[in-house]
Amino acid sequence: MSENEYTPKSKAARWFNDRLPLLTLGAHLTDYPTPKNLNYWWTFGGILTFCLITQIVTGIVLAMHYVAHADLAFASVEHIMRDVNYGWLIRYIHSNGASMFFLAVYIHIFRSLFYGSYKSPREVIWIIGLMIYLLMMAAAFMGYVLPWGQMSFWGATVITNLFSAIPLVGDSITTWLWGAYSVDNPTLNRFFSLHYLIPFLILGLVVLHIWALHVPGNNNPVGIDIKKPSKDTVPFHPYITIKDAFALLVFMIIFAGFVFFTPNVLGHSDNYIPANPLVTPAHIVPEWYLLPFYAILRSVPDKLGGVILMFSAIFILFVLPWLDTSKVRSAVFRPIYRQFFWILVIDVLMLGYVGAMPAEGIYLVLARVGTIYYFLHFIVVMPVVGYLEKTDPIPMSISEPVLTGGAEPSLARKADDKA
Amino acid sequence: MIKPNIKLLVLSFLLLISIRPLQSAEMVDPIRVDWSFKGLTGTFDRASLQRGFQVYKEVCASCHSMQYLSYRNLGEPGGPEFSEQEVKAIAASFEIEDGPDSQGEMFTRPGKPSDKFKSPYPNVQAATAANGGAYPPDMSVLVKARKGGANYIYSVLVGYEDPPPGVTLDDGVYYNKYMAGNKIKMPNNLMDGLVEYADGTESTVDQMAKDVTTFLAWAAEPELEERHKTGVKVIIYLVLLTILVYLSMKKIWSRIDTEV
Repeated sequence: MSENEYTPKSKAARWFNDRLPLLTLGAHLTDYPTPKNLNYWWTFGGILTFCLITQIVTGIVLAMHYVAHADLAFASVEHIMRDVNYGWLIRYIHSNGASMFFLAVYIHIFRSLFYGSYKSPREVIWIIGLMIYLLMMAAAFMGYVLPWGQMSFWGATVITNLFSAIPLVGDSITTWLWGAYSVDNPTLNRFFSLHYLIPFLILGLVVLHIWALHVPGNNNPVGIDIKKPSKDTVPFHPYITIKDAFALLVFMIIFAGFVFFTPNVLGHSDNYIPANPLVTPAHIVPEWYLLPFYAILRSVPDKLGGVILMFSAIFILFVLPWLDTSKVRSAVFRPIYRQFFWILVIDVLMLGYVGAMPAEGIYLVLARVGTIYYFLHFIVVMPVVGYLEKTDPIPMSISEPVLTGGAEPSLARKADDKA
Repeated sequence: MIKPNIKLLVLSFLLLISIRPLQSAEMVDPIRVDWSFKGLTGTFDRASLQRGFQVYKEVCASCHSMQYLSYRNLGEPGGPEFSEQEVKAIAASFEIEDGPDSQGEMFTRPGKPSDKFKSPYPNVQAATAANGGAYPPDMSVLVKARKGGANYIYSVLVGYEDPPPGVTLDDGVYYNKYMAGNKIKMPNNLMDGLVEYADGTESTVDQMAKDVTTFLAWAAEPELEERHKTGVKVIIYLVLLTILVYLSMKKIWSRIDTEV
């Protein structure tokens, strides 16, 4: 049943649906033709939605008990842990939930990189996704400040100080961000306000992300355009919903493992020391999911240069659809690019690792090599390999893996259109 | 097409991890103790918690606060589980400042189970001044606030040594094998027989260090036993549900020719 033909059965439902077509939307989401060859890397969209909802629900409950004041925040977190019914569970779900959220989003992003999901006609989905990722980082950073432990305070100090690198107005901007002359109570208050706001902005962008997805439909592991609906697609429900549910449950088992058995392993022990502006921790490190960017920041001897490079590392992803010159989407059929993809994965993992280490000796060298390669991958490797690479033959359709002669995806698409 | 590269990925990551030991060579790793609260089903040793509380009360509490704990916590499930009478007696043994009363005056009264642990000093500055410029940290979450956790706390307690030749120490500074930088301002307060345990256990330094560390581990994570118990149930539930959903998925996808 196509969405265009959908009419509710009852008269009352028709009356309502004519005025606000929510039921049509429901029918569209249920029937939405989805490529039947999606693998488990495609289940992370659903997992991420679960993560966002979990963070919002646990966060709202935590906010009922948390006190955003420099003198009371740390104690209020301990109050949640000790005196609020199941407060420890809610807080551990929220703090580990942030890590699980990033784990899922990194898999989601690298899946997109591998299968070329950012390419035409899905550039807008990709860009909205990056905006969500940026907001996630902002929300996570501010959330980490709220317990007002040593890493909260010093992490906030390091990150807000980055803005002081801006020529001429840097110091004024930093003071404006702090609301004081150092990270202090006004800073904590505004971070709490923004930390509560951002998830709802993310939620809005997620709606746009899915909307934009539903225009061209899902990419798929083969990366070819498919006719929808056809024998290459299945209705979203029950085929994809059940598969997403299975993957989500496996994800939840890992999530629960962290929450119940090692709830603090992903955090830093220093954050259980109350914030002290007079004592600087030996090593100030951000949460694991920001470490690659921290490594890039510290790899440059100049502060402004480091800041510019760190932000460039994210913003370069926005122009990725236009840096990639290959006509073939999926790396499955790109023997050269595929190798570079895995080198990039290793490079980012390495940057994350050295980001946790002191910026000296071998670690600094690795950070610099890793940073240079990161940018080379996007600026040089992607455009050049796209032009020079001889891609493998591409199937005509998902159902009939008949291979075309050469790397001529347009041929496959034309053939598919006729089918 | 992905498999060989996963191998490469794992290899490179192992290589990265292996350069780690080059880093912190001077620090001695804490002693690994086989704590009863370790592992997926770990629980606290009730008798050890009660003895640990005694060590805390008679030794540590003269300098260290534990401001986030209440006396009632001592009787709650998963902790030392003192009886209601014992908790009341413990609380009543402390004089707590309360008020203001109807005349606007502060007054002291015997403690109640709902009171927070009484701190030895009125504020951080007073505690710092009374201890040669080194603030004795609040011990409520100390085990979570130190890398190495319970193993580290225990190691420091038993890690006092004469300084090696060539190391000179200022007055009020002591040499400790496990402390970062090996210098600690807390004197070695434990000596054999210091505490007379109510249950008759011999109070060796090692025993007292283990007991008080167990007590501190509970103080930092009073929810640990409930967390472990709930966690096992949650995971069993999730695994069963996952199996059911997996079978449903297989059945649903069997309607079409595609493998799932």
